Amino acid sequence: MAALTPVSRPPVSGPPVSTAPVAAPVKPARRRPRYWRGAVLTVAGLYFLTPLVSSFVFTVHVPNQGVTFAAYSGILSADGFTESLFLSLSLACATIALALLLVVPALVAVRLGPPRLRAVVEIVCMLPLVVPPIALVTGIATVLRWGPDHFSRTPLYQTFLAVQNESFPVVLVLAYTVLALPFVHRSLDAGLRAVDVPTLVEAARNCGAGRLYVILRVILPNLRSSLAGASFLTLALVLGEYTVASLLGFRPFAVWIVSVSGAEARMSVAVSLLSLLITWALLLVLSRAGTGSSAAVPAAGPSTAPAATTPAASAPAASAGGPSTAPTAVPGKE
Amino acid sequence: MTVLHPSAAPGPGAAAPTGRKAAGRTRRRRPPRAWLGALPLLVFAGLCFGLPAGALLYGALTRTDPAAGTTELTGEHLSRSLQGPYLTSLTGSVQLSALTAALATVLGVLIAQAVVTSRRGALRGAVLTASGVLANFGGIPLAFAFVATLGISGVVTEIGHLDALGWNLYSFTGLTVIYLYFLIPLMVLVVVPALDGLRPQWREAALNTGATTWQFWRHVGLPVLAPSLLGGFVLLFGSAFAAHATAAALVGGSVPLVTLKIADALSGNVLVGQENVALALSLDMIVIAGLVMAVYLPLQRRSSRWLR
Repeated sequence: MAALTPVSRPPVSGPPVSTAPVAAPVKPARRRPRYWRGAVLTVAGLYFLTPLVSSFVFTVHVPNQGVTFAAYSGILSADGFTESLFLSLSLACATIALALLLVVPALVAVRLGPPRLRAVVEIVCMLPLVVPPIALVTGIATVLRWGPDHFSRTPLYQTFLAVQNESFPVVLVLAYTVLALPFVHRSLDAGLRAVDVPTLVEAARNCGAGRLYVILRVILPNLRSSLAGASFLTLALVLGEYTVASLLGFRPFAVWIVSVSGAEARMSVAVSLLSLLITWALLLVLSRAGTGSSAAVPAAGPSTAPAATTPAASAPAASAGGPSTAPTAVPGKE
Repeated sequence: MTVLHPSAAPGPGAAAPTGRKAAGRTRRRRPPRAWLGALPLLVFAGLCFGLPAGALLYGALTRTDPAAGTTELTGEHLSRSLQGPYLTSLTGSVQLSALTAALATVLGVLIAQAVVTSRRGALRGAVLTASGVLANFGGIPLAFAFVATLGISGVVTEIGHLDALGWNLYSFTGLTVIYLYFLIPLMVLVVVPALDGLRPQWREAALNTGATTWQFWRHVGLPVLAPSLLGGFVLLFGSAFAAHATAAALVGGSVPLVTLKIADALSGNVLVGQENVALALSLDMIVIAGLVMAVYLPLQRRSSRWLR
């Protein structure tokens, strides 16, 4: 026994000694960036998680009473909760649909049309960035006041009323779409930048595809992840929007939370937390839908993978038509 | 973009006449259709954005005499909006936005670079999704979450006894900490595509020719990224400058911010007849944001030259 252990130990301690020198030169080179990365992500994680965790503690822990979930159980029965949430969700759907319907054709047109169009569309989409929501509201409120002031005897007045319908205020959809334009534009423009639209369209057209088919089956699949991204941003923007709705006197989700906060501080924090979770869940569902058919590829993949492969496959077809397009297409795809 | 177009557009255009004539014809037909594609957007923007903006401009620059029913051009509202408490609120907003945007740009790039260089796709997806959510977690829920965390009876305040150290959430510093919460994720979202555009080949080429990592960033990485970074900074400045809900739910009137002043004037909390000053203040905000945009657009053009 005594003789065995010394014999058995050297073989055990041997391999670590022999592998250590081999691993040593490799590991430091790889690890240095990892430490840096880990530190940054840890600090960031702490900063972003602390408010969430302590909000939860705040809602659950009542001083001198211990742990209670009353703040959460009371939400569903709270007055106006379901109505305001439903209103916010339907506003979000309408806004996403409208924003995408407006921006996608415009951006595809920009790639195919005259160069000046690009500048015009970009400026139009970025202008709402210059006009803050609160300034937009002052403008909208002024315009809405024209209704009773100037148009009360014309058929246009009905439009003013319909737009401000309490159950579904179209004016909010319009305002939110304006506010979402910069983000939708940015997201889709970045997606389209990875796609050589003229080459793709040319290749598809040479193969006999119709214009609608090109947009639906060639351009949009390449944009899937940026479409999902644009939808995320819009959805989150609408769900959390307070300024426009409150100053125009409507009562979607965010306005409801504030109206509750006076009487029920814990419940307002609880609803704030839940609204984040609801948004998160919806975004996850949307991102699944956005990357649906290529589920095997991780979320980040689809944005680059199709862009890298499709144009490469279609590049020869395009270069057959015009040799000069090949050099412009290939370097961009490396 | 304008730099790229001359090289990209004449290529196919010049090739068409020498090639098949059918290709040339379809090229000629495209532009008018292309205009149609952008038309709905332009009409929408004109109606839903141009109209309110025009009404704002008109209201800020004119005065209507209710008795006589006449309207005249005046700079009265604008000059009132640049005096006393209104001016203080404007400078307060600009300072807060510039500080938070600068901080968030630096921190956001660090996080984005950590994510982009990581080989784990799951981490990247998680961070990007989280950023998408958090970037828009601004407004009311964010304010309440921070009240519960760092407010007077907040959890972290009580654990760390921060109030003894002079911590006050309802202040300029407090607002800075809160604003970073949605500005940093926004920067991550904005800058990740730009960092993706930095090709590994460039770095390999630089390192192979003897450059150090610092030299690569100094002469290749940062110059290529600079326009995107500045563009991101501008976006953040705009968001912070326009933010209203968070501050409204949190500080009330204790920190002078222009958005709070406008909301007060609009909802008639101050005096009757303040609407025009609200419009003038909005115009001031638009001018400031517009000046920043005037810096941004040329930068954006430069960044697309490399990050294609």
